[in-house]
Amino acid sequence: MTMLRDYEPIVGSDIIDELELIASKLTGIVIQNINSTAVGGGVAEILIRMVPLLQELGINASWDVIKGGEKFFEVTKKIHNALHGQIVHFTQDEMDLFIETNEMNAENMELRGDILFIHDPQPIGLIKRKNGLGRKWIWRCHIDFSCPDPFIWNFLKDYIEQYDVSVFSAPSFARDLTIPQVLISPSIDPLSDKNRELPQEVIDQVLERFNIDKNRLVVTQISRFDYFKDPVGVVKAFRQVKKYIDCQLVLAGGGASDDPEGTKVLAEVREEVNNDPDIFLLLLPPASDIEINALQRASTVILQKSLHEGFGLTVAEALWKAKPVIAGAVGGIPLQIAHKYSGLLTYTIEGTAFALRQLLQNPNYAKKLGENGQERVKKNFLITRHLRDYMLLFLSLNHKGEDIVYL
Amino acid sequence: MSLVSNEPFHFYTRQNLTYLTGRKARNLQELLDGIREAPSATIYHHTHHYLQQHEFLSPEPPNDFAYWITNVLQNDVLGERIASIDLRQYFRLHDIKSKIINVIEDAIQKGSDQTCTVPAGEEFHFMKSQTFVFPTKYIAHNLTEFRECLQSVTIFSIYYHMFESRLRLQQEFCDFSYWLSNTLGEEQLAKEVMKLDPYTRTLENLRQALVRLVAKRLDENP
Repeated sequence: MTMLRDYEPIVGSDIIDELELIASKLTGIVIQNINSTAVGGGVAEILIRMVPLLQELGINASWDVIKGGEKFFEVTKKIHNALHGQIVHFTQDEMDLFIETNEMNAENMELRGDILFIHDPQPIGLIKRKNGLGRKWIWRCHIDFSCPDPFIWNFLKDYIEQYDVSVFSAPSFARDLTIPQVLISPSIDPLSDKNRELPQEVIDQVLERFNIDKNRLVVTQISRFDYFKDPVGVVKAFRQVKKYIDCQLVLAGGGASDDPEGTKVLAEVREEVNNDPDIFLLLLPPASDIEINALQRASTVILQKSLHEGFGLTVAEALWKAKPVIAGAVGGIPLQIAHKYSGLLTYTIEGTAFALRQLLQNPNYAKKLGENGQERVKKNFLITRHLRDYMLLFLSLNHKGEDIVYL
Repeated sequence: MSLVSNEPFHFYTRQNLTYLTGRKARNLQELLDGIREAPSATIYHHTHHYLQQHEFLSPEPPNDFAYWITNVLQNDVLGERIASIDLRQYFRLHDIKSKIINVIEDAIQKGSDQTCTVPAGEEFHFMKSQTFVFPTKYIAHNLTEFRECLQSVTIFSIYYHMFESRLRLQQEFCDFSYWLSNTLGEEQLAKEVMKLDPYTRTLENLRQALVRLVAKRLDENP
């Protein structure tokens, strides 16, 4: 199990010391995290790492999961899609089921936290207990909120505004709310299988397994096969580059087989690839963190040509490996990439192809972007910064409206 | 070193929590209106947070307003004018705010397009900071200890004593120069520290410059 001091060689002992200093101001406070799933998904991935680290810092942090049937989670999936801007129709029965499931959980769950830290829309209705219990309540939104469907937004807003504070991942997700909105970016764990240093032989083995030539340039995009990630656009950009530069393209992602839309996107990508031997279409199973890590580390340039994006942590993963990254200027990506400083931001297929040619032919420039990007991730997008922000958030609950707090 | 003070220097550190205000600007006029109505915590955030987040890129980009005007509105001249405002000469956030407003108003008067609207997704988002100040374990009783502490504290502590103290005290001097001068009687060293321009250095570079100045003084009086 990773301990807090294991991060010291990466971020410095001074940063760890300050985490301990902040934590010392939270002694005796019980933090109870509540979300809708114990495994799978980004929220669980963060809590699995975050809760033990908070505990190691001496904070009484715990994590509980609400109960809900299959139909409830079908409704919450629809809510998720509507928040991403898709037009979704909800029946009264569906809304009733959402409310009833939340009420059932609110009645049956042991709510013991001094601070109730509620993650995402699924358990948002637990706030109903605030009137009787008091305590401090945080609603943490992990998803893209830039253009939510108005019906579902108004439905959720009534709940959100009963909380003491809300938390969003990117500035563009800010809404018109009567409660404070805190900006906390997500993070990557530099010691996880997906991000830790790998021996060269492991990287070579992965390339060999997929028949990728390690002696030629490699361009990679790691993402689900999803229209929002524009994999067809990536192939088109690659073809424009290939006219001038000998290189290979790796498109690697998972989770498409059980997703009807994913299967359709994959079929379109296959058609565009047209059996090109220099394009590697890799469907990776869920537990492929080492493979993803190796593919990123073996890449000359990494793309994230998203058309819509929540935060886009694959960008932080690539930058952490000091790779030059070309990415769409959407969602949380501009927070991670300052154009021409820590990567390149593009808007079109042609622009992506041009940027790719620039970086493939100017390795020194590409290297500098990668180094700056790595430094940016080190300062802003590692789990230690995330931990710090969460602790400040907990402290802020007793200092509402104060610009400067002396502790 | 014979100089021992009665009042030791207690190093503090600070951390910021960022708040979204929900307000955004799509053009220069909306940016100006937003700045006019912004509280100090917003002006502070947009003129100072870059110093921490981008310290390895310093001296640019210097502040959020300049970055957005240059890179999104693509008004290079105004961007440069905002970027080059000498924040060092202001001790009050209100004065920084007034200066920024004056520069933008002047640009609009001279013909800068205040209504050209940026595409969705590229708006300027107004934010603000809440600052938490913590005492650290580092305490210096003399110059030798002061140098040791400077080498050990986080850049956030250096930041607190060099930047925020000037805004807090609303004075030209920072915590370091005040202590060096008033407690240790090190007036020359205090002046040299005051002359350092913290806004055009990386924080790590600033730390090294401070350490060098103190080391030089210690070498003169071993």
